[in-house]
Amino acid sequence: MTDASISTENNAGSDHLMIEMRGVHKWYGQFHVLKDINLRVEKGERIVICGPSGSGKSTMIRCINRLEEHQRGDIIVDGTELTDDVKHIDQIRREVGMVFQHFNLFPHLTVLENCCLAPIWVRKMPRHEAEKAAMEYLEKVKIPEQAKKYPGQLSGGQQQRVAIARSLCMNPSIMLFDEPTSALDPEMIKEVLDTMIELAESGMTMLCVTHEMGFAKTVANRVIFMDGGEIIEQNEPESFFNNPQSDRTKLFLSQILQH
Amino acid sequence: MSTHTPHPDLPPPLINVGLIGWLRTNLFSSWANALLTLVSMYLLYLMIPPLIDWAFIKADWVGDSREACDSGGACWVFVGVRMDQFMYGLYPASEYWRINLAGVLLVALMVPLFIKQFPWKPWLGLFIVVGYPIIVFMLFSGGVFGLEYVETSRWGGLTLTLVLSSVGMAASLPLGILLALGRRSTMPIVKSVSVVFIEFWRGVPLITVLFMSSVMLPLFLPEGTHFDKLLRAMIGIALFQSAYMAEVVRGGLAAIPKGQYEAAQALGLSFWQSTGLIILPQALKMVIPGIVNTFIALFKDTTLVLIIGLFDMLAMIQAGLADPNWLGYAIEGLMFAALVYWIFCFGMSRYSMALERKLHTGHKR
Repeated sequence: MTDASISTENNAGSDHLMIEMRGVHKWYGQFHVLKDINLRVEKGERIVICGPSGSGKSTMIRCINRLEEHQRGDIIVDGTELTDDVKHIDQIRREVGMVFQHFNLFPHLTVLENCCLAPIWVRKMPRHEAEKAAMEYLEKVKIPEQAKKYPGQLSGGQQQRVAIARSLCMNPSIMLFDEPTSALDPEMIKEVLDTMIELAESGMTMLCVTHEMGFAKTVANRVIFMDGGEIIEQNEPESFFNNPQSDRTKLFLSQILQH
Repeated sequence: MSTHTPHPDLPPPLINVGLIGWLRTNLFSSWANALLTLVSMYLLYLMIPPLIDWAFIKADWVGDSREACDSGGACWVFVGVRMDQFMYGLYPASEYWRINLAGVLLVALMVPLFIKQFPWKPWLGLFIVVGYPIIVFMLFSGGVFGLEYVETSRWGGLTLTLVLSSVGMAASLPLGILLALGRRSTMPIVKSVSVVFIEFWRGVPLITVLFMSSVMLPLFLPEGTHFDKLLRAMIGIALFQSAYMAEVVRGGLAAIPKGQYEAAQALGLSFWQSTGLIILPQALKMVIPGIVNTFIALFKDTTLVLIIGLFDMLAMIQAGLADPNWLGYAIEGLMFAALVYWIFCFGMSRYSMALERKLHTGHKR
């Protein structure tokens, strides 16, 4: 399934290219949401994507695992090109984990069952092995004691940590975060960010849509600013925050950093 | 710094608790409410004692002819004498044991389902849905293992009611789920076939369906094709009810947040995996009241097979009413029918409530 020519070609000059988006366009009906997106993400890179609402941030990362379909351009994830081919889509979804704003845990299953479901059914892992692995990840996100509870019995922060553990159980090489802290109470944001920081330190390739600028400063290798469906600016966090190039970025930063 | 000492809990005023409190809040909370309570009590006083008097105190219970009914109350002797026919229809009396055996077998198979630790529950459930009906069919119709052949037109009474409704339920739920999924499908052909099917069967009265299946269908089939009347009625009921079931299930599917589909997709689950593991368990749980509602309607609708000459329990009771020896006992017969139907429907209703409680996992989202 892996397209060898693509991997070798892209390996030149870089460690290992995990995601490549070339000239990606997307429309919702008449509305042009993504305009000529070009993005290269290397293995172990941690990228924070910010921008005003409606700028296409979520849509862009949702294109990477085909929750949204792009209409023009190429997306290549870890050597597999994203096409209409279901096998390619399945292959990519197995490699890419995703954490959502509203957690999207399965309310009819316990925390442990939430974590084991995909390894058992998609990776065909034996149940006891899947449960053992799931418990390890639940310990990593520091809630092994909640394994037998249902998501509805947990706080928002705990649910989001379970959602992170659930994604990690599939052993992904890339993690996508779609505003993971936006639906949380202020007190719970920290516990989720701490989990994400730990994950970043373990070398995971991460793409994170967030407005947590503190997180961007400490964790990200690169910050991307989007507006109107385009990538306006991307830079290392220090230069991005201290020396933004475009006026649009300056305006955005002044608005969010004022408070 | 001062220390806060919490107040001790005091008992509530007597007037708000216990019997007096209950009466005040529920029956006499206002003048209008008190008046309604008194009027209702008076109406109950007018109706209940004569009913009890007729149905129990003055009623005749034992005997074997109408001569036993001379005390002026209900004549339950009529029901007692005709009980075999109400239960088994025109089935040969010497073969009643087959129907009884099927009943005992069902109970025996169901018992382990209620034992918590029983390990083979899914397989047993599958056997009850697939294997058991085959056994029942062989047992009832005979012609194998030296059993006398009994044609389906002689099946009747409560037995027929139960056979028709359980086949209807077992067939309409899976079919309804498939139709509901089909109607929400993005594939245009699957979608239009489902929509046309649902709208057709929902738009036609069940009586028409049964008439068509028994009178019209043979006209279109080639000469000499034999197609069992009971089977035709079963298919008619199953298709008819599956259209209703589909709309009930669709309501549940529509209530599942989009995020559930996305999370399942993002984890790499296929369409059928996410439907079977994530979407349907939640959707069906949400529409248990609607499903049971449809089941109860189906159970009562089976009485309509009377018009195509199948003798379910109500038809057997009506036949009994026409017996010259027992003229004038319609009320007893119909009350018995009402009681039997009520017991089954109430049972289903209670079961569904218990199921809802059991499956509730205290969540929203």
